[in-house]
Amino acid sequence: MENIEIKQQPYWPNILAGIGLGLVLLLAYYVAGRGLGGSGALARASAGLAHLLAPEHTEGLTYYSRYFENGKVDFNDWLVFQLFGVFLGGLFGAVTAGRFGKAVDKGKRITNGQRFFFATIGGILMGWGARLAKGCTSGQALSGGATLAVGSWAFMLALFAGGFITAFFVRRLWI
Amino acid sequence: MNTAPLAKLGMISADVNLVLAGLIGFGFGFMLERAGFGSAIRLTGQWYGKDWSVFRVMFTAIVTAMFGIIALDSMNLMATEQLYINKTFLYPQIIGGLLMGGGFAIGGYCPGTSFVGLATGKLDAIFYISGLMFGAFLFAEGWPLLEQFSTAGAMGTITLPELFGWSPWLVGAVVLLIAVVGTLGANYLEKKLA
Repeated sequence: MENIEIKQQPYWPNILAGIGLGLVLLLAYYVAGRGLGGSGALARASAGLAHLLAPEHTEGLTYYSRYFENGKVDFNDWLVFQLFGVFLGGLFGAVTAGRFGKAVDKGKRITNGQRFFFATIGGILMGWGARLAKGCTSGQALSGGATLAVGSWAFMLALFAGGFITAFFVRRLWI
Repeated sequence: MNTAPLAKLGMISADVNLVLAGLIGFGFGFMLERAGFGSAIRLTGQWYGKDWSVFRVMFTAIVTAMFGIIALDSMNLMATEQLYINKTFLYPQIIGGLLMGGGFAIGGYCPGTSFVGLATGKLDAIFYISGLMFGAFLFAEGWPLLEQFSTAGAMGTITLPELFGWSPWLVGAVVLLIAVVGTLGANYLEKKLA
């Protein structure tokens, strides 16, 4: 297989990737009347997993009731199909650019174990916060930004502020 | 006559809409990968001022989709009143945004890009995605304590043109100006910090 390995391609210029992303977002509005999302499908998946492990307890969680249909978590959902597509599109992109491969993205000063620990902590903060803010970087900043929703612009400023402030304290993880 | 948004005006069935969701997601994931956003190193470069790709790509995408929506609306090609616009709940959005910026800086991804990271073969993305799901579960557990705050600062469905009483084109021009000035500033900082 080695001899047909694709040579790694450079990333697209920001403006090209940005216009491409913007056109995909516009298409989502044109087709479905809604924007893109990253966290919604994962919250739904967390309900499905919790329901599998502890059915009665999970059915008692009021917040999760929005994901239930006829006593089961309903995966027939726009965001679920969309996120599945994100995975396939990312895979296609990585393979055709020669970028696919097992790797751990981290700074030089930490171990893989430390990286996995902090990736989990960061994910928990993001996953929790995304339920509070009713969306993530895709659903609030990108989609809400393009539709000029007031709260989404406040969200975007807060997200950038939170990122810059926190990064100052976790420099070791990346630099 | 308006024919879009297609799914809202009955131009396509619910099943076709789901299939198209997969295709739209494919385009989303592909563009994120081409932007380099399957890499936590590249994404977090934003927080140290070394690589402003996140800002530039995001604002280019926002400006593109925004003018697209405004143009389709003014040509009567899309019924924009049918679009889902995020409701504003000011305080949970600000607190959530701050925490999520923190989660981004610590974890290295945002939810969408972590899926691209996973698709690219990043093992750390698996842990991040597990964290995302666990975080959502913790939120569901804590919901009785959070329900009241989750609607604090409610302003309903309100857009910047409505808030300021300006035309969408004018607000669009201001967003474009912010994007251009921000990009020039970002390019300058990148050169200085590199």
